[in-house]
Amino acid sequence: MAATRFPTPTYGLLAEFDAPQALIAALEAVREKGYRKLDAFTPFPIPKVSELVVDHRKSKVPLIVLCGGLLGAATALAMQTWISVVDYPLNVGNRPLFSWPAFIPVTFELLVLFAAFSAVFGMFILNGLPRPHHPVFNVERFERATTDRYFLLIEAADPNFDRERTRELLASLGASEVNDVDW
Amino acid sequence: MAAPDVSSAAGAVDLDRSVIAPGHSSESMTAKISSVVFGKTPPWMYLVFAVSFSLVMVMNLAIARLLFVGTGIWGLNVPVAWGFAIINLVWWIGIGHAGTLISAILLLLNQRWRTSINRFAEAMTLFAVACAVMFPLLHTGRPWLAAYWLLPYPNTMGIWPNFRSPLIWDVFAISTYGTVSLLFWFTGLVPDLATLRDRTRNPLLKIIFGVLSMGWRGSARHWHNYESAYLLLAGLSTPLVVSVHSVISFDFSVSQLPGGHATIFPPYFVAGAVFAGFAMVMLVAIPVRKAFGLEDFITSRHLQNMAKLTLVTGMIVVYGYAMEFFFAWYSGNPYEIFAIIENRPAGNYALAWWSLIFCNFLAIQPLWFKKVRQTPWMLWIISLIVSVGMWLERFVIVVISLSRDFLPSSWDMYRGTVWDWALYLGTIGFFFSLMFLFVRFVPMIAMFEMRHLLPEGEVAHEES
Repeated sequence: MAATRFPTPTYGLLAEFDAPQALIAALEAVREKGYRKLDAFTPFPIPKVSELVVDHRKSKVPLIVLCGGLLGAATALAMQTWISVVDYPLNVGNRPLFSWPAFIPVTFELLVLFAAFSAVFGMFILNGLPRPHHPVFNVERFERATTDRYFLLIEAADPNFDRERTRELLASLGASEVNDVDW
Repeated sequence: MAAPDVSSAAGAVDLDRSVIAPGHSSESMTAKISSVVFGKTPPWMYLVFAVSFSLVMVMNLAIARLLFVGTGIWGLNVPVAWGFAIINLVWWIGIGHAGTLISAILLLLNQRWRTSINRFAEAMTLFAVACAVMFPLLHTGRPWLAAYWLLPYPNTMGIWPNFRSPLIWDVFAISTYGTVSLLFWFTGLVPDLATLRDRTRNPLLKIIFGVLSMGWRGSARHWHNYESAYLLLAGLSTPLVVSVHSVISFDFSVSQLPGGHATIFPPYFVAGAVFAGFAMVMLVAIPVRKAFGLEDFITSRHLQNMAKLTLVTGMIVVYGYAMEFFFAWYSGNPYEIFAIIENRPAGNYALAWWSLIFCNFLAIQPLWFKKVRQTPWMLWIISLIVSVGMWLERFVIVVISLSRDFLPSSWDMYRGTVWDWALYLGTIGFFFSLMFLFVRFVPMIAMFEMRHLLPEGEVAHEES
């Protein structure tokens, strides 16, 4: 059955915690044991949890936003210059055609526009969203992850993963429930 | 001295200071806020929606008539070729500014009290911008042709917009503002839509919220990028909001007309926008928190803080009025002196100017008193007066200056016709209709951010 289609028999194990502090303690403990393919699910952003999960790597969003913003500003400045100097020069009392101070407002607006699009689309693309299906949704309790429960996932793909021993470890860390995550 | 109150010393909550009432858990808070979406429509809502939707019909009528007959149905004339359309554009855009201020600037300043009003204020921004853009488009008389007057696109006529004109800056500023506000609002909504998806038992709603929430699952990796993107959006919106009303003020200050031609305009317009915006947030939030029993989340502390900001920005605006007089006097220019010092307080529209001074200066003075800031109905009345005052301010700037320009032979009076008023009142109905739909269909308070304010959310603020 499923085992033939997927690399591991299950997707992983999902442990449920009642309090964020318990989740943080558990994350630190499983990292100590050498688990790396893990994720946490929380109803609100907790920087400490994110840092433990992403291994203190920095988010790539700021770089994407910087590129987007620079592209927007360059586009705007190039467009206005080409239109006002090359394609449609208007001689107003012999003032210079390349009147760059007058081009600043539009340049600024397009900088912000492109940067904002980069921030939102960059974030969703980096996160692999939209994705309406994910194995963790197969765990019924998981619907509490967006209200008041804190989940720790260890993927079966982790080299240290052993269904029984990992389950015992998670239970010993104070998880109120540990569930198999089916594919 | 009274006996020391042990309970308040031991961390019991001072209701006047707290941003969320005591005793709430994430579950109770989430249930309360999502109950507005999942519950039945309260009967009063049908009534208020009927009123505002009737006004939308009035708006449609006014637009239809305008398109059939033309801008001649408005009260415009020469010299007053800018009338209600510009007044209302500036008024609506200004109202939107408090939303961005609350969601972006207060976020950057780490003002955690903003959390419960930010979603709401952002929605207000979006709807205010939607009302605002209607006016310049309709002012063209042929809005379906507006794209080719406004946007730079290669066309067979071989012409382009003039990028040295503040009017084309407006096009870019307002469209960017509307788009970025929408992105910011939607990004903030995604985790809350996921909460609704997970809480509803209705299969159709589950699909709808599932699609809208993009499959958000609260993964720590996702939050990591999300927080970074959200903060950057706030950082981008902050200069944006300042730029938008500055650009709008350039429509006046770049022109040569006395009454508009002053360097004080950009800061004074931005302050005026925030002033009008906070008044509108209170105007809507005070009845809504009462009607839906959300006093636990939109507390007295919120109203008091907004009242203080209204007072501060209001006084900056009053300073702007004083500076206009000073500039006029100091310029020594007879046209400036006539337009500002002589004609505003004692000229053809003196009543409008004095009403403006009453609304924006005298009426906000009670806000110095704590008692007034703690009394919602008083705040509501002051907010209403301020909204009228800010409309009058734009009337004074636009109409008085144009109606008394350089040549007395071209002077004329201006008044809005019934169609001007119909369109203006219609957009007010449009705004409130959208607000009611928003309140009913999506969580009006950012639930995931509210969780930071609960005891279990403390962990998010610890240094790691």
